[in-house]
Amino acid sequence: MSPSVTLTQAPPAPAASRRRPRRVRRRGTLVAWAFLAPALLLFLYFKFIPMAKGLVMSFQEIRYLDSTWVGFDNYRTILTDEAFIAAIRHSAVLALGTTAGSLVLGLALALLIEGPARYLWFVRTAAFLPVVTTMAVVAEVWRIMYHPGDTGMINSILGWFGGDPQPFLASEHSSLLSIMGMSVWRGTPYDMMIFLAGLVGVDRSLYEAAAVDGATTWKRLRHITLPALRPVFWILFTLAAIRGLRVFVEVYVLTNGGPNGSSEVLMTLVYKLGFQKGELGVASAGGILLFVATLLLTVLVQVMRRRQAA
Amino acid sequence: MMRFDSALGLEARRGPVATAVKVIVYTGMVLVFTGPLIGLLVSAFSRTLDPTSFSLWPDGFTLDNFIEAADKNVYGYLLNSFVVVGFGLLLQMLVSVFAAYSLSRKKFRGMAVVMLIMLATMMLPEEIIAIPLSLVLADLPLLHADLIGTYAGMILPVGAWGFSILVMTEFMKEVPVELEEAARIDGAGELRTFFTIILPLCRPALGVIGVFGFTMIWDQYLLPLIVAPEPGMWTLPIALRSLRSDDEVGLGVLLAASLLALLPSIIAFLAFQRQFMRGLTSGAVKG
Repeated sequence: MSPSVTLTQAPPAPAASRRRPRRVRRRGTLVAWAFLAPALLLFLYFKFIPMAKGLVMSFQEIRYLDSTWVGFDNYRTILTDEAFIAAIRHSAVLALGTTAGSLVLGLALALLIEGPARYLWFVRTAAFLPVVTTMAVVAEVWRIMYHPGDTGMINSILGWFGGDPQPFLASEHSSLLSIMGMSVWRGTPYDMMIFLAGLVGVDRSLYEAAAVDGATTWKRLRHITLPALRPVFWILFTLAAIRGLRVFVEVYVLTNGGPNGSSEVLMTLVYKLGFQKGELGVASAGGILLFVATLLLTVLVQVMRRRQAA
Repeated sequence: MMRFDSALGLEARRGPVATAVKVIVYTGMVLVFTGPLIGLLVSAFSRTLDPTSFSLWPDGFTLDNFIEAADKNVYGYLLNSFVVVGFGLLLQMLVSVFAAYSLSRKKFRGMAVVMLIMLATMMLPEEIIAIPLSLVLADLPLLHADLIGTYAGMILPVGAWGFSILVMTEFMKEVPVELEEAARIDGAGELRTFFTIILPLCRPALGVIGVFGFTMIWDQYLLPLIVAPEPGMWTLPIALRSLRSDDEVGLGVLLAASLLALLPSIIAFLAFQRQFMRGLTSGAVKG
Protein backbone atom coordinates (compact mmCIF):
# COMPACT_ATOMS: atom_id res chain seq x y z
CA MET A 1 0.00 0.00 0.00
CA SER A 2 2.00 2.96 -1.22
CA PRO A 3 -0.35 5.53 -2.72
CA SER A 4 2.24 8.29 -2.69
CA VAL A 5 4.15 6.76 -5.60
CA THR A 6 1.12 6.48 -7.86
CA LEU A 7 0.16 10.04 -7.10
CA THR A 8 3.21 11.67 -8.56
CA GLN A 9 3.59 9.40 -11.55
CA ALA A 10 0.02 8.81 -12.62
CA PRO A 11 -0.94 10.44 -15.90
CA PRO A 12 -3.78 12.96 -15.81
CA ALA A 13 -6.83 11.05 -14.74
CA PRO A 14 -10.41 11.84 -13.84
CA ALA A 15 -10.56 13.98 -10.71
CA ALA A 16 -12.48 11.40 -8.73
CA SER A 17 -9.89 8.64 -8.99
CA ARG A 18 -7.07 11.02 -8.23
CA ARG A 19 -8.65 12.17 -5.03
CA ARG A 20 -9.03 8.74 -3.57
CA PRO A 21 -5.38 7.80 -3.05
CA ARG A 22 -4.77 11.14 -1.40
CA ARG A 23 -7.58 10.58 1.02
CA VAL A 24 -6.35 7.07 1.74
CA ARG A 25 -2.90 8.41 2.37
CA ARG A 26 -4.14 11.10 4.68
CA ARG A 27 -6.18 8.54 6.57
CA GLY A 28 -3.16 6.26 6.84
CA THR A 29 -1.07 9.08 8.25
CA LEU A 30 -3.78 9.94 10.71
CA VAL A 31 -3.99 6.35 11.88
CA ALA A 32 -0.22 6.20 12.22
CA TRP A 33 -0.14 9.25 14.47
CA ALA A 34 -3.13 8.03 16.45
CA PHE A 35 -1.32 4.80 17.28
CA LEU A 36 1.80 6.75 18.22
CA ALA A 37 -0.02 9.35 20.27
CA PRO A 38 -0.02 7.59 23.67
CA ALA A 39 3.73 7.00 23.55
CA LEU A 40 4.51 10.50 22.35
CA LEU A 41 2.25 12.12 24.93
CA LEU A 42 3.79 10.16 27.78
CA PHE A 43 7.29 10.96 26.55
CA LEU A 44 6.36 14.61 26.21
CA TYR A 45 4.96 14.87 29.72
CA PHE A 46 7.44 12.74 31.62
CA LYS A 47 10.66 13.09 29.63
CA PHE A 48 10.78 16.18 27.46
CA ILE A 49 8.89 18.72 29.53
CA PRO A 50 10.91 17.78 32.66
CA MET A 51 14.11 17.95 30.62
CA ALA A 52 13.25 21.42 29.29
CA LYS A 53 12.12 22.53 32.72
CA GLY A 54 15.35 21.26 34.23
CA LEU A 55 17.36 23.19 31.68
CA VAL A 56 15.47 26.42 32.41
CA MET A 57 15.66 25.90 36.16
CA SER A 58 19.40 25.38 35.99
CA PHE A 59 19.73 29.05 35.05
CA GLN A 60 17.42 30.29 37.78
CA GLU A 61 17.33 30.81 41.47
CA ILE A 62 14.08 29.13 42.42
CA ARG A 63 11.94 30.74 45.08
CA TYR A 64 8.54 29.65 46.21
CA LEU A 65 6.66 32.23 44.13
CA ASP A 66 9.09 34.04 41.91
CA SER A 67 12.26 32.84 40.31
CA THR A 68 15.07 35.02 39.11
CA TRP A 69 17.38 34.46 36.18
CA VAL A 70 20.94 34.04 37.42
CA GLY A 71 22.76 32.98 34.24
CA PHE A 72 25.52 30.49 34.85
CA ASP A 73 25.70 31.10 38.60
CA ASN A 74 24.36 27.66 39.49
CA TYR A 75 26.94 26.00 37.28
CA ARG A 76 29.65 28.19 38.77
CA THR A 77 28.51 27.16 42.25
CA ILE A 78 28.80 23.51 41.34
CA LEU A 79 32.17 23.72 39.67
CA THR A 80 33.72 25.72 42.51
CA ASP A 81 32.05 23.99 45.44
CA GLU A 82 34.33 21.51 47.16
CA ALA A 83 31.56 19.07 48.02
CA PHE A 84 30.41 19.03 44.40
CA ILE A 85 33.90 18.54 43.02
CA ALA A 86 34.44 15.67 45.44
CA ALA A 87 31.08 14.16 44.42
CA ILE A 88 31.96 14.42 40.73
CA ARG A 89 35.29 12.76 41.44
CA HIS A 90 33.59 9.97 43.39
CA SER A 91 31.09 9.43 40.57
CA ALA A 92 33.90 9.21 38.03
CA VAL A 93 35.96 6.81 40.16
CA LEU A 94 32.92 4.65 40.85
CA ALA A 95 31.91 4.60 37.18
CA LEU A 96 35.42 3.76 36.00
CA GLY A 97 36.06 1.10 38.64
CA THR A 98 32.70 -0.57 38.23
CA THR A 99 32.94 -0.52 34.44
CA ALA A 100 36.47 -1.91 34.30
CA GLY A 101 35.84 -4.52 36.98
CA SER A 102 32.63 -5.80 35.41
CA LEU A 103 34.13 -5.85 31.92
CA VAL A 104 37.27 -7.78 32.86
CA LEU A 105 35.50 -10.25 35.14
CA GLY A 106 32.57 -10.55 32.76
CA LEU A 107 34.87 -11.43 29.86
CA ALA A 108 36.87 -13.90 31.94
CA LEU A 109 33.75 -15.66 33.17
CA ALA A 110 32.20 -15.67 29.70
CA LEU A 111 35.28 -17.45 28.34
CA LEU A 112 35.18 -19.92 31.21
CA ILE A 113 31.57 -20.92 30.78
CA GLU A 114 31.27 -20.77 27.01
CA GLY A 115 29.88 -23.97 25.58
CA PRO A 116 26.68 -25.84 24.86
CA ALA A 117 26.70 -28.23 27.86
CA ARG A 118 23.58 -28.37 29.99
CA TYR A 119 25.38 -27.72 33.30
CA LEU A 120 26.93 -24.57 31.84
CA TRP A 121 23.47 -23.30 31.09
CA PHE A 122 22.65 -23.86 34.76
CA VAL A 123 25.76 -21.97 35.91
CA ARG A 124 24.89 -19.08 33.59
CA THR A 125 21.32 -18.84 34.86
CA ALA A 126 22.41 -18.95 38.48
CA ALA A 127 25.11 -16.35 37.95
CA PHE A 128 22.65 -14.05 36.23
CA LEU A 129 20.30 -13.75 39.22
CA PRO A 130 21.99 -10.65 40.71
CA VAL A 131 21.16 -8.69 37.54
CA VAL A 132 17.40 -9.19 37.89
CA THR A 133 17.43 -8.64 41.65
CA THR A 134 15.97 -5.32 42.75
CA MET A 135 18.79 -2.92 43.56
CA ALA A 136 17.30 -1.96 46.91
CA VAL A 137 17.40 -5.60 48.01
CA VAL A 138 20.93 -6.13 46.72
CA ALA A 139 22.04 -3.14 48.77
CA GLU A 140 20.35 -4.37 51.96
CA VAL A 141 21.93 -7.79 51.53
CA TRP A 142 25.39 -6.35 50.97
CA ARG A 143 25.05 -3.96 53.87
CA ILE A 144 24.67 -6.96 56.15
CA MET A 145 27.51 -8.88 54.51
CA TYR A 146 29.77 -5.83 54.81
CA HIS A 147 29.27 -5.72 58.57
CA PRO A 148 32.52 -4.22 59.91
CA GLY A 149 32.87 -6.48 62.95
CA ASP A 150 35.10 -9.52 62.61
CA THR A 151 32.02 -11.74 62.67
CA GLY A 152 30.72 -9.94 59.57
CA MET A 153 30.17 -12.30 56.66
CA ILE A 154 32.81 -11.02 54.28
CA ASN A 155 35.22 -10.46 57.16
CA SER A 156 34.74 -14.08 58.20
CA ILE A 157 35.54 -15.19 54.67
CA LEU A 158 38.59 -12.92 54.66
CA GLY A 159 39.55 -14.53 57.96
CA TRP A 160 39.65 -18.02 56.42
CA PHE A 161 42.33 -16.79 54.08
CA GLY A 162 44.20 -15.05 56.86
CA GLY A 163 43.00 -11.53 56.01
CA ASP A 164 42.41 -8.82 58.60
CA PRO A 165 38.88 -7.61 59.23
CA GLN A 166 37.98 -4.56 57.16
CA PRO A 167 35.66 -1.69 58.15
CA PHE A 168 34.13 -1.59 54.62
CA LEU A 169 31.27 0.93 54.52
CA ALA A 170 32.11 2.31 57.96
CA SER A 171 35.42 3.88 56.96
CA GLU A 172 36.12 6.94 54.84
CA HIS A 173 38.89 5.05 53.13
CA SER A 174 36.96 2.04 52.00
CA SER A 175 33.32 3.14 51.63
CA LEU A 176 33.56 3.97 47.93
CA LEU A 177 35.52 0.81 47.19
CA SER A 178 32.94 -1.28 49.02
CA ILE A 179 30.12 0.19 46.95
CA MET A 180 32.20 -0.53 43.87
CA GLY A 181 32.58 -4.16 44.96
CA MET A 182 28.83 -4.58 45.17
CA SER A 183 28.29 -2.91 41.79
CA VAL A 184 30.87 -5.15 40.16
CA TRP A 185 29.10 -8.17 41.63
CA ARG A 186 25.86 -7.03 40.04
CA GLY A 187 27.41 -5.79 36.77
CA THR A 188 29.65 -8.76 35.99
CA PRO A 189 26.94 -11.32 35.10
CA TYR A 190 25.30 -8.81 32.76
CA ASP A 191 28.53 -8.18 30.87
CA MET A 192 29.24 -11.91 30.92
CA MET A 193 25.93 -12.66 29.25
CA ILE A 194 26.45 -10.10 26.48
CA PHE A 195 30.00 -11.34 25.89
CA LEU A 196 28.62 -14.87 25.63
CA ALA A 197 26.20 -13.69 22.96
CA GLY A 198 29.16 -12.13 21.16
CA LEU A 199 31.21 -15.31 21.44
CA VAL A 200 28.49 -17.26 19.65
CA GLY A 201 29.11 -15.08 16.60
CA VAL A 202 32.82 -15.85 16.35
CA ASP A 203 33.62 -17.85 13.22
CA ARG A 204 34.41 -21.45 14.31
CA SER A 205 36.36 -22.19 11.14
CA LEU A 206 38.93 -19.60 12.23
CA TYR A 207 39.58 -21.60 15.40
CA GLU A 208 40.09 -24.71 13.33
CA ALA A 209 42.42 -22.95 10.95
CA ALA A 210 44.42 -21.60 13.89
CA ALA A 211 44.71 -25.10 15.34
CA VAL A 212 45.94 -26.43 12.02
CA ASP A 213 48.60 -23.71 12.03
CA GLY A 214 49.59 -24.81 15.52
CA ALA A 215 48.53 -21.62 17.33
CA THR A 216 48.35 -21.78 21.13
CA THR A 217 45.14 -21.14 23.02
CA TRP A 218 46.45 -17.73 24.06
CA LYS A 219 47.24 -16.76 20.47
CA ARG A 220 43.86 -17.93 19.32
CA LEU A 221 42.26 -15.80 22.00
CA ARG A 222 44.42 -12.79 21.26
CA HIS A 223 44.07 -12.78 17.48
CA ILE A 224 40.64 -14.27 16.82
CA THR A 225 38.35 -14.09 19.82
CA LEU A 226 39.16 -10.69 21.28
CA PRO A 227 39.07 -8.76 17.98
CA ALA A 228 35.69 -10.31 17.23
CA LEU A 229 34.38 -9.08 20.58
CA ARG A 230 35.49 -5.49 20.07
CA PRO A 231 32.07 -4.05 19.12
CA VAL A 232 30.45 -5.81 22.09
CA PHE A 233 33.15 -4.41 24.32
CA TRP A 234 32.44 -0.81 23.30
CA ILE A 235 28.70 -1.16 23.73
CA LEU A 236 29.18 -2.58 27.21
CA PHE A 237 31.72 0.08 28.05
CA THR A 238 29.33 2.89 27.12
CA LEU A 239 26.35 1.35 28.89
CA ALA A 240 28.30 0.63 32.06
CA ALA A 241 30.03 3.99 32.19
CA ILE A 242 26.73 5.86 31.85
CA ARG A 243 25.14 3.62 34.45
CA GLY A 244 28.11 4.25 36.72
CA LEU A 245 27.95 8.03 36.36
CA ARG A 246 24.25 8.21 37.19
CA VAL A 247 24.47 5.83 40.15
CA PHE A 248 22.06 6.72 42.92
CA VAL A 249 20.24 3.85 44.63
CA GLU A 250 23.40 1.93 45.53
CA VAL A 251 24.89 4.87 47.41
CA TYR A 252 21.60 6.15 48.81
CA VAL A 253 20.83 2.81 50.44
CA LEU A 254 24.32 1.70 51.47
CA THR A 255 25.91 4.84 52.90
CA ASN A 256 23.83 7.85 51.83
CA GLY A 257 27.12 9.48 50.95
CA GLY A 258 28.89 8.86 54.25
CA PRO A 259 30.89 8.48 56.28
CA ASN A 260 31.85 12.12 56.20
CA GLY A 261 30.99 12.56 52.52
CA SER A 262 33.52 9.95 51.46
CA SER A 263 31.09 8.17 49.15
CA GLU A 264 28.89 11.10 48.13
CA VAL A 265 28.23 10.92 44.39
CA LEU A 266 26.72 13.51 42.09
CA MET A 267 23.19 12.13 42.14
CA THR A 268 22.93 11.71 45.91
CA LEU A 269 24.17 15.27 46.35
CA VAL A 270 21.70 16.55 43.76
CA TYR A 271 18.93 14.66 45.52
CA LYS A 272 19.82 16.15 48.90
CA LEU A 273 20.09 19.66 47.49
CA GLY A 274 16.84 19.42 45.57
CA PHE A 275 14.56 17.57 47.93
CA GLN A 276 15.98 18.33 51.34
CA LYS A 277 17.51 21.79 51.05
CA GLY A 278 15.21 23.17 48.36
CA GLU A 279 18.11 24.38 46.19
CA LEU A 280 16.26 23.46 43.03
CA GLY A 281 18.31 25.62 40.67
CA VAL A 282 21.67 24.24 41.67
CA ALA A 283 20.29 20.70 41.79
CA SER A 284 18.93 21.07 38.24
CA ALA A 285 22.27 22.33 37.03
CA GLY A 286 23.84 19.21 38.56
CA GLY A 287 21.42 17.06 36.57
CA ILE A 288 22.18 18.91 33.34
CA LEU A 289 25.92 18.53 33.92
CA LEU A 290 25.45 14.80 34.32
CA PHE A 291 23.48 14.73 31.09
CA VAL A 292 26.23 16.58 29.25
CA ALA A 293 28.80 14.17 30.69
CA THR A 294 26.90 11.10 29.48
CA LEU A 295 26.37 12.71 26.07
CA LEU A 296 30.05 13.54 25.73
CA LEU A 297 31.02 10.05 26.77
CA THR A 298 28.71 8.48 24.19
CA VAL A 299 29.98 10.72 21.40
CA LEU A 300 33.59 10.14 22.42
CA VAL A 301 33.18 6.37 22.34
CA GLN A 302 31.51 6.57 18.93
CA VAL A 303 34.35 8.68 17.55
CA MET A 304 36.95 6.30 18.96
CA ARG A 305 35.16 3.33 17.46
CA ARG A 306 35.02 4.99 14.04
CA ARG A 307 38.69 5.84 14.19
CA GLN A 308 39.57 2.32 15.24
CA ALA A 309 37.46 0.82 12.48
CA ALA A 310 39.00 3.09 9.83
CA MET B 1 40.66 -34.53 17.30
CA MET B 2 39.80 -31.33 19.15
CA ARG B 3 36.41 -29.76 18.97
CA PHE B 4 36.05 -26.04 18.57
CA ASP B 5 32.87 -25.20 20.38
CA SER B 6 34.41 -22.43 22.40
CA ALA B 7 37.31 -20.01 22.50
CA LEU B 8 39.14 -21.80 25.29
CA GLY B 9 37.96 -25.29 24.38
CA LEU B 10 37.50 -26.10 28.07
CA GLU B 11 34.69 -28.49 27.50
CA ALA B 12 36.80 -30.77 25.36
CA ARG B 13 39.35 -31.24 28.14
CA ARG B 14 38.82 -34.42 30.08
CA GLY B 15 40.71 -36.10 32.86
CA PRO B 16 40.63 -35.79 36.65
CA VAL B 17 42.58 -32.53 36.92
CA ALA B 18 40.53 -30.71 34.29
CA THR B 19 37.31 -31.97 35.82
CA ALA B 20 38.37 -30.89 39.32
CA VAL B 21 39.29 -27.41 38.09
CA LYS B 22 35.99 -27.08 36.27
CA VAL B 23 34.00 -28.22 39.29
CA ILE B 24 35.79 -25.72 41.52
CA VAL B 25 35.40 -22.81 39.09
CA TYR B 26 31.73 -23.44 38.38
CA THR B 27 30.76 -24.11 41.99
CA GLY B 28 32.64 -20.97 42.98
CA MET B 29 30.73 -18.93 40.43
CA VAL B 30 27.36 -20.23 41.52
CA LEU B 31 28.25 -19.65 45.17
CA VAL B 32 29.51 -16.12 44.69
CA PHE B 33 26.54 -14.95 42.65
CA THR B 34 23.71 -16.81 44.34
CA GLY B 35 25.15 -17.26 47.84
CA PRO B 36 24.03 -13.86 49.15
CA LEU B 37 20.53 -14.37 47.76
CA ILE B 38 20.24 -17.89 49.16
CA GLY B 39 21.53 -16.51 52.44
CA LEU B 40 18.69 -14.01 52.45
CA LEU B 41 16.18 -16.73 51.62
CA VAL B 42 17.35 -19.00 54.43
CA SER B 43 17.77 -16.26 57.02
CA ALA B 44 14.31 -14.85 56.43
CA PHE B 45 12.89 -18.16 57.66
CA SER B 46 15.32 -18.59 60.55
CA ARG B 47 14.41 -18.32 64.20
CA THR B 48 17.60 -16.75 65.48
CA LEU B 49 19.21 -14.04 63.43
CA ASP B 50 22.71 -12.71 63.23
CA PRO B 51 22.79 -9.03 62.23
CA THR B 52 26.30 -9.43 60.84
CA SER B 53 25.94 -12.45 58.64
CA PHE B 54 23.64 -14.79 56.78
CA SER B 55 23.18 -18.39 57.67
CA LEU B 56 23.23 -20.77 54.75
CA TRP B 57 21.73 -23.43 57.01
CA PRO B 58 18.39 -22.62 58.59
CA ASP B 59 18.51 -22.32 62.35
CA GLY B 60 15.02 -23.45 63.28
CA PHE B 61 12.42 -22.87 60.59
CA THR B 62 9.82 -20.22 61.38
CA LEU B 63 7.29 -17.98 59.66
CA ASP B 64 7.36 -15.48 62.53
CA ASN B 65 9.24 -12.88 60.50
CA PHE B 66 6.52 -12.90 57.86
CA ILE B 67 3.76 -12.75 60.45
CA GLU B 68 5.42 -9.87 62.26
CA ALA B 69 5.91 -8.13 58.90
CA ALA B 70 2.15 -7.65 58.69
CA ASP B 71 2.30 -5.31 61.72
CA LYS B 72 4.82 -3.11 59.97
CA ASN B 73 2.63 -2.77 56.87
CA VAL B 74 5.04 -4.77 54.71
CA TYR B 75 2.11 -6.35 52.86
CA GLY B 76 0.66 -2.91 52.28
CA TYR B 77 3.91 -1.89 50.58
CA LEU B 78 3.89 -5.13 48.63
CA LEU B 79 0.36 -4.42 47.46
CA ASN B 80 1.39 -0.93 46.35
CA SER B 81 4.25 -2.47 44.38
CA PHE B 82 1.88 -4.90 42.70
CA VAL B 83 -0.62 -2.19 41.83
CA VAL B 84 2.11 -0.07 40.25
CA VAL B 85 3.73 -2.93 38.37
CA GLY B 86 0.37 -4.39 37.29
CA PHE B 87 -1.13 -1.26 35.80
CA GLY B 88 2.24 0.12 34.78
CA LEU B 89 3.09 -2.98 32.79
CA LEU B 90 -0.33 -3.15 31.17
CA LEU B 91 -0.06 0.47 30.10
CA GLN B 92 3.55 0.08 28.97
CA MET B 93 2.81 -2.98 26.83
CA LEU B 94 -0.26 -1.39 25.24
CA VAL B 95 1.59 1.82 24.47
CA SER B 96 4.50 -0.18 23.06
CA VAL B 97 2.46 -2.37 20.72
CA PHE B 98 0.46 0.61 19.50
CA ALA B 99 3.57 2.65 18.77
CA ALA B 100 5.35 -0.33 17.25
CA TYR B 101 2.41 -1.04 14.95
CA SER B 102 2.65 2.45 13.61
CA LEU B 103 6.43 2.44 13.27
CA SER B 104 6.61 -0.96 11.59
CA ARG B 105 3.56 -0.81 9.33
CA LYS B 106 2.90 2.76 8.32
CA LYS B 107 4.87 5.14 6.20
CA PHE B 108 4.39 8.75 7.07
CA ARG B 109 6.21 12.02 7.11
CA GLY B 110 8.11 12.58 10.35
CA MET B 111 8.75 8.92 11.03
CA ALA B 112 12.52 9.40 11.16
CA VAL B 113 12.03 12.15 13.74
CA VAL B 114 9.83 9.89 15.84
CA MET B 115 12.46 7.15 15.77
CA LEU B 116 15.02 9.69 16.86
CA ILE B 117 12.77 10.76 19.74
CA MET B 118 12.48 7.14 20.89
CA LEU B 119 16.24 6.71 20.85
CA ALA B 120 16.75 10.04 22.61
CA THR B 121 14.52 8.96 25.50
CA MET B 122 16.67 5.87 25.92
CA MET B 123 19.79 7.99 26.15
CA LEU B 124 18.25 10.18 28.81
CA PRO B 125 18.83 8.73 32.28
CA GLU B 126 15.80 9.12 34.54
CA GLU B 127 17.98 10.28 37.39
CA ILE B 128 18.91 13.57 35.79
CA ILE B 129 15.32 14.68 35.34
CA ALA B 130 14.20 13.60 38.81
CA ILE B 131 13.95 17.11 40.24
CA PRO B 132 12.06 18.82 37.41
CA LEU B 133 9.93 15.66 37.04
CA SER B 134 8.80 16.00 40.63
CA LEU B 135 7.60 19.54 39.86
CA VAL B 136 5.89 18.43 36.65
CA LEU B 137 4.13 15.64 38.54
CA ALA B 138 2.94 18.06 41.19
CA ASP B 139 1.29 20.24 38.56
CA LEU B 140 0.91 18.70 35.09
CA PRO B 141 1.18 21.38 32.41
CA LEU B 142 -2.22 22.23 30.84
CA LEU B 143 -4.04 19.56 32.84
CA HIS B 144 -3.13 21.02 36.22
CA ALA B 145 -3.42 17.71 37.98
CA ASP B 146 -1.36 16.89 41.05
CA LEU B 147 -0.03 13.35 40.82
CA ILE B 148 2.15 13.43 43.93
CA GLY B 149 0.98 10.79 46.36
CA THR B 150 -1.06 8.92 43.73
CA TYR B 151 -0.61 5.61 41.97
CA ALA B 152 -0.93 7.45 38.65
CA GLY B 153 2.21 9.39 39.50
CA MET B 154 4.17 6.16 39.70
CA ILE B 155 2.45 4.49 36.73
CA LEU B 156 2.23 7.10 33.98
CA PRO B 157 5.95 7.99 33.83
CA VAL B 158 6.86 4.34 33.15
CA GLY B 159 4.04 3.99 30.61
CA ALA B 160 6.23 4.68 27.61
CA TRP B 161 9.60 2.95 27.38
CA GLY B 162 11.81 3.33 24.32
CA PHE B 163 13.36 -0.11 24.74
CA SER B 164 10.00 -1.90 24.64
CA ILE B 165 8.83 0.09 21.65
CA LEU B 166 11.99 -0.62 19.65
CA VAL B 167 12.04 -4.35 20.48
CA MET B 168 8.39 -4.59 19.47
CA THR B 169 8.92 -2.59 16.27
CA GLU B 170 11.76 -4.86 15.17
CA PHE B 171 9.60 -7.89 15.80
CA MET B 172 6.56 -6.57 13.95
CA LYS B 173 8.66 -5.85 10.88
CA GLU B 174 9.20 -9.61 10.62
CA VAL B 175 5.49 -10.45 10.76
CA PRO B 176 4.21 -10.96 7.19
CA VAL B 177 1.79 -8.29 6.00
CA GLU B 178 -0.33 -10.62 3.81
CA LEU B 179 -2.55 -11.69 6.69
CA GLU B 180 -3.58 -8.22 7.70
CA GLU B 181 -4.09 -7.18 4.08
CA ALA B 182 -6.48 -10.08 3.74
CA ALA B 183 -8.31 -8.94 6.86
CA ARG B 184 -8.49 -5.42 5.51
CA ILE B 185 -9.94 -6.62 2.21
CA ASP B 186 -12.55 -8.46 4.24
CA GLY B 187 -13.50 -5.10 5.65
CA ALA B 188 -11.95 -5.29 9.11
CA GLY B 189 -11.19 -1.90 10.61
CA GLU B 190 -7.83 -0.66 11.80
CA LEU B 191 -8.33 -1.57 15.49
CA ARG B 192 -9.96 -4.89 14.72
CA THR B 193 -7.10 -5.92 12.42
CA PHE B 194 -4.69 -4.88 15.10
CA PHE B 195 -6.24 -6.86 17.94
CA THR B 196 -7.28 -10.00 16.05
CA ILE B 197 -4.44 -10.39 13.56
CA ILE B 198 -1.31 -8.51 14.64
CA LEU B 199 -1.36 -8.93 18.38
CA PRO B 200 -1.73 -12.75 18.47
CA LEU B 201 1.19 -13.05 16.04
CA CYS B 202 3.38 -10.97 18.34
CA ARG B 203 3.01 -13.20 21.37
CA PRO B 204 6.73 -14.14 21.57
CA ALA B 205 7.76 -10.48 21.57
CA LEU B 206 5.07 -9.69 24.13
CA GLY B 207 6.86 -12.12 26.44
CA VAL B 208 10.12 -10.23 25.92
CA ILE B 209 8.75 -6.76 26.62
CA GLY B 210 6.58 -8.16 29.40
CA VAL B 211 9.40 -9.64 31.43
CA PHE B 212 11.69 -6.66 30.80
CA GLY B 213 8.97 -4.19 31.67
CA PHE B 214 8.19 -6.08 34.83
CA THR B 215 11.76 -6.00 36.15
CA MET B 216 12.16 -2.39 35.01
CA ILE B 217 9.06 -1.18 36.87
CA TRP B 218 9.67 -3.40 39.90
CA ASP B 219 13.17 -1.93 40.22
CA GLN B 220 11.94 1.70 40.15
CA TYR B 221 13.36 3.56 43.12
CA LEU B 222 13.77 7.27 42.51
CA LEU B 223 10.30 7.65 40.99
CA PRO B 224 8.32 6.25 43.95
CA LEU B 225 10.71 8.12 46.22
CA ILE B 226 9.64 11.48 44.74
CA VAL B 227 6.01 10.56 44.10
CA ALA B 228 5.18 8.96 47.46
CA PRO B 229 6.09 11.21 50.37
CA GLU B 230 3.67 9.42 52.72
CA PRO B 231 4.48 5.88 53.96
CA GLY B 232 1.01 4.71 52.95
CA MET B 233 1.94 4.96 49.27
CA TRP B 234 5.43 3.49 49.49
CA THR B 235 6.40 0.60 47.28
CA LEU B 236 8.32 -2.24 48.89
CA PRO B 237 11.81 -1.33 47.55
CA ILE B 238 11.71 2.19 48.98
CA ALA B 239 10.15 1.00 52.23
CA LEU B 240 13.15 -1.25 52.97
CA ARG B 241 15.41 1.61 53.87
CA SER B 242 13.13 3.02 56.55
CA LEU B 243 12.23 -0.42 57.84
CA ARG B 244 15.91 -0.85 58.54
CA SER B 245 16.43 2.49 60.26
CA ASP B 246 13.31 2.05 62.40
CA ASP B 247 14.47 0.67 65.75
CA GLU B 248 11.14 -0.97 66.42
CA VAL B 249 11.43 -3.09 63.31
CA GLY B 250 13.60 -6.10 63.88
CA LEU B 251 16.08 -7.60 61.45
CA GLY B 252 13.72 -10.49 60.83
CA VAL B 253 11.05 -8.23 59.36
CA LEU B 254 13.63 -6.45 57.21
CA LEU B 255 14.84 -9.76 55.82
CA ALA B 256 11.30 -10.99 55.21
CA ALA B 257 10.47 -7.74 53.42
CA SER B 258 13.68 -7.94 51.36
CA LEU B 259 12.83 -11.46 50.31
CA LEU B 260 9.33 -10.41 49.28
CA ALA B 261 10.84 -7.60 47.21
CA LEU B 262 13.29 -10.02 45.64
CA LEU B 263 11.06 -12.93 44.69
CA PRO B 264 8.74 -11.46 42.03
CA SER B 265 11.52 -10.36 39.70
CA ILE B 266 13.43 -13.63 40.20
CA ILE B 267 10.29 -15.63 39.45
CA ALA B 268 9.54 -13.50 36.39
CA PHE B 269 13.09 -14.06 35.16
CA LEU B 270 13.09 -17.82 35.72
CA ALA B 271 9.67 -18.23 34.11
CA PHE B 272 10.53 -16.15 31.02
CA GLN B 273 14.20 -16.93 30.77
CA ARG B 274 14.32 -17.50 27.04
CA GLN B 275 12.48 -14.27 26.28
CA PHE B 276 14.71 -12.45 28.71
CA MET B 277 17.90 -13.57 27.01
CA ARG B 278 16.50 -12.67 23.62
CA GLY B 279 15.63 -9.17 24.70
CA LEU B 280 18.94 -8.78 26.48
CA THR B 281 21.04 -9.39 23.40
CA SER B 282 18.81 -7.48 21.00
CA GLY B 283 18.68 -4.53 23.37
CA ALA B 284 22.41 -4.42 23.94
CA VAL B 285 23.30 -4.73 20.30
CA LYS B 286 21.12 -1.76 19.49
CA GLY B 287 22.53 0.19 22.40
